[in-house]
Amino acid sequence: MADLKNDFIGIKSPNPFWLASAPPTDKAYNVERAFEAGWGGVVWKTLGEAGPPVVNVNGPRYGAWHDGNRRLMGFNNIELITDRSLEVNLAEITQVKKNWPDRAVVVSIMVPCDERSWKSILPLVEETGADGIELNFGCPHGMSERGMGAAVGQVPEYVGMVAEWCKQHSSLPVIVKLTPNITDIRQPARAAFKGGADAVSLINTINSIIGVDLDAMAPAPHVDGKGSHGGYCGPAVKPIALSMVSEIARDKETYRKPISAIGGIQTWRDAAEFMALGAGNVQVCTAVMTYGFKIVEEMIDGMSRWMDEKGYNTVDDFIGMAVPNVVNWEHLNLNYIAKAKINQETCIKCGRCHIACEDTSHQAITSSLNGEPHYEVRDEDCVGCNLCVNVCPVKDCITLEQMTEGKDPRTGIPISGEYANWTTHPNNPNVK
Amino acid sequence: MGTGSSQGIRTARLDTGEYAENFAELHPALSDNLAAVEADRCFFCYDAPCTIACPTSIDIPMFIRKIAVGNRKGAARTIIDSNILGGMCARVCPVETLCEQACVHIAQGNEAVKIGQLQRYATDSIIDDGAEMFTRPEATGKKIAMVGAGPASLACAHNLACEGHEITIFEARSKPGGLNEYGLAAYKTTSDFAQAEVEFVLAVGGIEIRYDTVLGRDITLAELSENYDAVFIGIGLAETSKLGIEGEDLAGIGDAIDYIAVLRQSDDLSSLPVGDNVVVIGGGMTAIDIAVQSKKLGAENVTIAYRRGPEQMGASKYEQDLALTNGVTIKHWVQPVKAIGDTAVSSLELERTRYDDNGKLVGTGEKLTIPADQLFRAIGQKFSSAPIENAGIEMKWGRISVDESCKTSLANVWAGGDCVAGGEDLTVAAVNDGNVAARSISEFLKTGGAS
Ligand SMILES: Cc1cc2nc3c(=O)[nH]c(=O)nc-3n(C[C@H](O)[C@H](O)[C@H](O)COP(=O)(O)OP(=O)(O)OC[C@H]3O[C@@H](n4cnc5c(N)ncnc54)[C@H](O)[C@@H]3O)c2cc1C
Ligand SMILES: Cc1cc2nc3c(=O)[nH]c(=O)nc-3n(C[C@H](O)[C@H](O)[C@H](O)COP(=O)(O)O)c2cc1C
Ligand code: SF4
Repeated sequence: MADLKNDFIGIKSPNPFWLASAPPTDKAYNVERAFEAGWGGVVWKTLGEAGPPVVNVNGPRYGAWHDGNRRLMGFNNIELITDRSLEVNLAEITQVKKNWPDRAVVVSIMVPCDERSWKSILPLVEETGADGIELNFGCPHGMSERGMGAAVGQVPEYVGMVAEWCKQHSSLPVIVKLTPNITDIRQPARAAFKGGADAVSLINTINSIIGVDLDAMAPAPHVDGKGSHGGYCGPAVKPIALSMVSEIARDKETYRKPISAIGGIQTWRDAAEFMALGAGNVQVCTAVMTYGFKIVEEMIDGMSRWMDEKGYNTVDDFIGMAVPNVVNWEHLNLNYIAKAKINQETCIKCGRCHIACEDTSHQAITSSLNGEPHYEVRDEDCVGCNLCVNVCPVKDCITLEQMTEGKDPRTGIPISGEYANWTTHPNNPNVK
Repeated sequence: MGTGSSQGIRTARLDTGEYAENFAELHPALSDNLAAVEADRCFFCYDAPCTIACPTSIDIPMFIRKIAVGNRKGAARTIIDSNILGGMCARVCPVETLCEQACVHIAQGNEAVKIGQLQRYATDSIIDDGAEMFTRPEATGKKIAMVGAGPASLACAHNLACEGHEITIFEARSKPGGLNEYGLAAYKTTSDFAQAEVEFVLAVGGIEIRYDTVLGRDITLAELSENYDAVFIGIGLAETSKLGIEGEDLAGIGDAIDYIAVLRQSDDLSSLPVGDNVVVIGGGMTAIDIAVQSKKLGAENVTIAYRRGPEQMGASKYEQDLALTNGVTIKHWVQPVKAIGDTAVSSLELERTRYDDNGKLVGTGEKLTIPADQLFRAIGQKFSSAPIENAGIEMKWGRISVDESCKTSLANVWAGGDCVAGGEDLTVAAVNDGNVAARSISEFLKTGGAS
């Protein structure tokens, strides 16, 4: 059986599945239940400075986007950092770590952007026996307006500066949690590592409005008729998170630096995908808020079975394996020719491939044969774009198949086994 | 055609293709696509009502979630960790009265998640993996005897084999599986699945079956109890109930389960004789099974005669509908009075019934006679106490009395499945008894087995 043990920047846990800093990790009660269910570690719900804690709204703080089956696909929140006092949280963290020495307990922190604030909270956190700290530079609502969270995370210099303070005033490993609400995620990541951070984690939530109530003429859900933008997370954000993780994983300046991946992870497969793209472990929030802690059982079982199947003994065997295959567009092989093929046995004749191609793409799919509905790809028009594959309601009915010999019937150009990309293409104005 | 009884009971009523078509699997295996779509419907309920409704408490939402994420073998593992015969149960459980009846989708006005078919989808993927899925620890040196190689013993044996104990099963027949092999309807379990599943169970090692060995004839309970550390009895029900009517000895009248046993072992369905006018007496699962199978064998008319109404039938609504859609007629509120014929039965006299003012079932005196050239008794089986005569075991309601851990009144003897009092007479219930007994036996052996 594969070994799921995880060593992330020296923090050990029995598996790479951690809970992200959020309501599931806000109290000892929840965290104890999570550990009983099998979670490898937690990042405790973000702590603020001593004194009266923040307050949350007393109306709806969550909104969601569902699919037709009412499966929760996207989740939006306007919750702030912990609204419980610092003392209570620290006492609970101390006790939980004592009870669960083999699990990772990392503490998320967000205090104002001045050295004194950080200097005063860091020793208190260290005293709890926690394994590390995560700096919350990500929260896009409520805290950023107060000059914390995303307001810091969007300014790379601040990110580096705070990371440096933390390394200076604490001996604990430092993870910097990045906000995705920025154009180039590499900038704050580089700054974090420059400042001495041991790792980055991402993504925090994305600015969003989940919908508009057209009767109340206000964002939905609203509090007394008014709404505010919130943070988006859940399955819908996974592609964005994957891309951001890969950007950092393959950036020269941060290459092979530790990343804890977050964003839409629900299953072992989601986790494996992030890890293949360079994440050393993963964190989960929305999936447990939807289904409860028990889902980790599936993640553990699924990942170890998959590893057995593939012959990976430890998670380190596959972490980062897909990174070299993420390249810039100009390095894709332009001599690779693929055509769509429709399996007539499994085709249910809905016609969606035809109309998608006909109306919006390359007019490469027929709609009838001898007066009967019949959908077939004309190779001489097909550019291999994959649209029909994506709109077909039947899994694996349409596939893109590589052409390996002859001529491309569309261009008349012979198929070449040679690799050639845009950088050498005659149409590229930069090629001289 | 027509209803003439002149031709009587005969074989080869259909051509080969028709037999094959009629006895094709009731629920064919789900495709990957259908399984994925169905699995996505599950809400992953907390404290899931389906799991609570399952006698073996399979973690249904977890196995369905594993299917949904493409972990089919992991799903199967979740199932067999609770029910080693999860493959057969997936095929034969009356899910409409068990797990699926409890699915929360129903409360919402939707169809239940097809738990049975998803379970089948999962377990089909591991049927050949028995040997690699289970490892036995060092042998404990403890020996356990089991009687009867039906679902109850097989489940019990597998659990205990996994703990390193050594099991010997004594089986009266020459094949294992009990009613999985000899009783269940042919269209519910095709392609010799029963034997494949027994092989899956035995692959763990440490389980020996001695065939053609009958308790009470070749061995006694006293010997077993003396020579083994523990004994489990899972001998099912060996006797059938008689109608007790005039003419019951006429040719053409027999027990449904005997006929089904022959059918299940036959490799040429055209050799099975059926009548023009088959009448089945009873209202349970066996009555439905024999009626439907007679029809599928080409019987012209098949009538189930039951003495109460549809709600009182042991067979579920789903099974009643299955009979009706197969062209079986169900006559309610009638009881048999007299089988009529010279040497062979040709018709059956029935009397109408009703509840009297005290709620007691009584005949109304009104009679009717229906043609019947083949008559099947399916009014239930009874425990035969012959094998354990003089063993001094406590009985209850004509079956073996056990406590909540399936322990009998004897020091090192457990019992489970159909042969014990208070059971549900279902495959899955027998498996659960086997599980429960195994836990108790395991504890007993740990504490030294002292009685
Ligand atoms: C016709 C029919 C259809 C059914 N259909 C369904 C269905 O669709 N779904 C469902 O859940 N349940 C069904 N059942 C019920 C189900 O088959 C039983 O509840 C289940 O098989 C009981 O398991 P068991 O291990 O207790 O006994 P059995 O399966 O009866 O096995 C007992 C074993 O003990 C052996 N044995 C008996 N006496 C002795 C002896 N003296 N010495 C040695 N060995 C002995 C027998 O040969 C047999 O192998 C059906 C039953 C019948 C009769
Ligand atoms: C209700 C809610 C509260 C959150 N609170 C915090 C927080 O206090 N600190 C933090 O760093 N991230 C917080 N997050 C963000 C999550 O930790 C995580 O980064 C994000 O939800 C993406 O992961 P997911 O798709 O698995 O939910 C919160 C998310 C949600 C849904
Ligand atoms: S009750 Fe239905 S929806 Fe709920 S867990 Fe069971 S199968 Fe899934």
